Amino acid sequence: MTAVQTPETWQPKDYASDQEVRWCPGCGDYAILKAVQRTLADIQADPANTVFVSGIGCAARFPYYMATYGFHGIHGRAPALATGVKLANPDLDVWVISGDGDALSIGGNHLLHVLRRNVDLQMLLFNNEIYGLTKGQYSPTSHAGTTSPSTPTGSLEAPVNACAYALGCGARFVARSVDTLQKDLPRVLERAQAHRGASFVEILQNCIVYNNGVFGHFTDKTVQAEAQVHVVHGEPLIFGTNRDKGLRFNPARIAIEVIELGPDGEGTDEVIVHDETNLRLAQMLAALEPPMPVAMGVLYCNPADRYDRLVHDQVRAMRADKGLADGEQPAIDALIKSGHTWTIGDA
Amino acid sequence: MDSSPLVQGDPSRRELEHAVVRFAGDSGDGMQLTGSQFTLATALAGNDLSTFPDFPAEIRAPAGTTAGVSAFQIHFGAREIHTAGDELDVLVAMNPAALKVNLEEVKRGGLIVLDTGAFTAKNLEKAGYDSDPRHDGTLDAYRPVEIDMSRHTLEAVRPHGLSKKEGLRCKNMWALGLICWMFGRDRTATEHWLQSKFAGKPQLAGANVAALRAGEAFGETAEIPTGTATYSVPRARIAPGLYRNVTGTEACAYGLVAGARLAGLPVSFCSYPITPASQLLHELARLKHYNVTTFQAEDEIAACCAAIGASYAGSLGVTASSGPGIALKTEAIGLAIATELPLVVVNAQRAGPSTGMPTKTEQSDLYQAVYGRNADAPLIVLAARSPADGFDTAIEAVRLATRYMVPVMLLTDGYIANASEPWRIPDFDDYAPFPARFHSEPADFAPYNRDPETLARPWAVPGTPGLAHRIGGLERQSGSGNVSYDARNHQDMTDIRARKVLKAAEAIPAQTVEVGETTGRLAVVGWGSTYGPITRATANLRRAGHAVSHIHLRHIWPLPANLGELLRGFDEIIVPEMNDGQLVTLLRDQFLVPATGVDKVTGKPFKIAEIEKAMRAHLEAETS
Repeated sequence: MTAVQTPETWQPKDYASDQEVRWCPGCGDYAILKAVQRTLADIQADPANTVFVSGIGCAARFPYYMATYGFHGIHGRAPALATGVKLANPDLDVWVISGDGDALSIGGNHLLHVLRRNVDLQMLLFNNEIYGLTKGQYSPTSHAGTTSPSTPTGSLEAPVNACAYALGCGARFVARSVDTLQKDLPRVLERAQAHRGASFVEILQNCIVYNNGVFGHFTDKTVQAEAQVHVVHGEPLIFGTNRDKGLRFNPARIAIEVIELGPDGEGTDEVIVHDETNLRLAQMLAALEPPMPVAMGVLYCNPADRYDRLVHDQVRAMRADKGLADGEQPAIDALIKSGHTWTIGDA
Repeated sequence: MDSSPLVQGDPSRRELEHAVVRFAGDSGDGMQLTGSQFTLATALAGNDLSTFPDFPAEIRAPAGTTAGVSAFQIHFGAREIHTAGDELDVLVAMNPAALKVNLEEVKRGGLIVLDTGAFTAKNLEKAGYDSDPRHDGTLDAYRPVEIDMSRHTLEAVRPHGLSKKEGLRCKNMWALGLICWMFGRDRTATEHWLQSKFAGKPQLAGANVAALRAGEAFGETAEIPTGTATYSVPRARIAPGLYRNVTGTEACAYGLVAGARLAGLPVSFCSYPITPASQLLHELARLKHYNVTTFQAEDEIAACCAAIGASYAGSLGVTASSGPGIALKTEAIGLAIATELPLVVVNAQRAGPSTGMPTKTEQSDLYQAVYGRNADAPLIVLAARSPADGFDTAIEAVRLATRYMVPVMLLTDGYIANASEPWRIPDFDDYAPFPARFHSEPADFAPYNRDPETLARPWAVPGTPGLAHRIGGLERQSGSGNVSYDARNHQDMTDIRARKVLKAAEAIPAQTVEVGETTGRLAVVGWGSTYGPITRATANLRRAGHAVSHIHLRHIWPLPANLGELLRGFDEIIVPEMNDGQLVTLLRDQFLVPATGVDKVTGKPFKIAEIEKAMRAHLEAETS
């Protein structure tokens, strides 16, 4: 880039860098890249004010393909780098791009803390349930029994549910979508971007080389409508090709169950109305797995104070407490001459 | 060693050139407070001084055990004082464990003030004494002064209506009062401090002041056993100016703030608690109004990464730790080297490896600082020589990090971090600003273009229109910064990273000689906190007619451009270090000079006598 671009209207292509995209042909990351560029155009994001930060993995190459500021960091630590960026400049719009190994294995600790602190950024986790860049080992989201080069006779570990983990970490915004949901994904990303505080979005992403079709039983077009429930705040949790099924709360089992609705919608009054501010409901929705419908959309959104602002509020408060005017720099001499001082004379 | 008259047993008040006093007791006995108050009184009396707080890793080890002994040592004198002192003239032992741990540091004939009230059978057993050291000959070589401080303290505070437990907590002030009397120190400043510390608790303020006064009165009213003297240590000939006491931690914190001001940058200080570096976080957290944000991260790695992210976004990113924490930050430091961002990494070194001895000092991270990363990953390494020197060294770290867009590791150690010394406060106007420049011109911008003079790349911070670009840990094409696996490019980029750091040698002062001539028989080369003992030992040997010189390095990497030539002007070179021989290897490697090491890794600073002994052994071997 050699001159400041200021088109009247930013198009998705304006957010693409001049670098050749080098994911495998057919990788779900292409679709996510497209959805993110679409989202930025939809909100007319200023590239100069937008920063993509990543760790290591296939997903982590993402910043190189964006015509914004970008920082490709080290494995698992993108949330920490991004926290530093926001500490230095809370006005920047920061997106963290991560994968299941990066965010939930080596970087699980940083994910916990960036969510709990509620740093104002978007944390996108591309979950393909496999280590792609290192050639196909099982990941912390792989289902038990996954055969891979490192587990030729099947993996032995229970997987972590990314959205449930995020809620457990205290995230104030948790959403889920799929790489192929090109209509829904930009809407979810737009909500995440608009949310002040840490927004966690799990994007189920197909690794065509090492884990092809792992989500097919609920993401294929033919089964999607029956196998997913798309949650919308204030609307009943209804799904199915004919929108003839609903989710009901069973108090005796303390669980969500599926009910069939009548041809004229009989039973709809028993269906849970989605309340995205309800943490308990979000936790139950996040945990739904086949044969229950998998919940998509904004599961939880309940804003709270954001760390990066609070930090600067404290700085401002301390400055006010010291009687400093806007932009006034306290004297260094006052600092170094503080405490008990004494003078040695020339004598 | 010059022998102070204190050990000669004269009972009258005598004038001393210098003296070493150590207060020792349980970690809950308030020895650090006692020591710092005595330090203040001593500074106000015009002595030069140096202190050494020595405390256990356990916050509250079982009371009365040797593991829980906390001590504060102060060396003060009528001449320049560079060390906390080799041997104790006076030991104040508040219990048997404090006596046991510290006895071997006491000069033969030295004074040992004991609280006999604490010498119970139970406490003797806890300290591991089979018999009472007061009666079995253990103290024959010393002059014990046995006083039931516990009882005297309780009597003194009785009018203030404290419980016995609360009353005994004032014992440290009673001891302080006695030592103030012994050295003719004014207790007024301590009384003011007590009044303000216990402003909301007049009962405690009153009791502590009463204990302090009672200790002093006890000495004055000649209840003191025979053989105890009072002393005076005259004012030192100190350069005129405004002074304060400063710890290495405070000086580093002020230096970072001052350096950032000279660079025109806010500070983002990101760290994770670790002994002995945590104090820097505490200090800076109180200085937010100086455009400082502090971030206590979830771990060392996150702390370093957050500092890097902050630098990327236009702050001065600073992180701090000690050896094991620096090890964790290593990969991130490599990222800062690759992305060529300014970063200051403070390493308050401690005894290792692994957890080692967290509260004990060492200088064994020089290899880690200079070499300790994967691949060819050069950065700049500086070392502070004393607590007060932390100020200028931290400013230098900020200057070089921003000038060369490179991480700078600033080495201190557990001794420097905690110890204090009087500091002649500089005038901040005397420091030349070195404003950091953010790139803003989109024309011909590329993130890995270089300043021909410094080889630094432009600092283009997010938020700047027209400069959006991508950086990262993958090798980058020179200029464009695009990912590159090109063979020739990697060779070039590796060469540039090394050359850029070596170029810093052009912007640092030539190496000078601290004491002695620029050529001669023997050069003693040091770095970091060995400054004090080396300077004194060198001066002592020069007085004895030896052609010895002391050279002390602030710039460890790159080394000053004239250092090789300077070293070659000496017949022999010795390098005392609190490690197994690290700088000595670096010097031999860089200059092919016949340097030999003098190593000490006991967790304690060098004594002057130890360095003198090594120098003498070398001079004698050379002449034979």
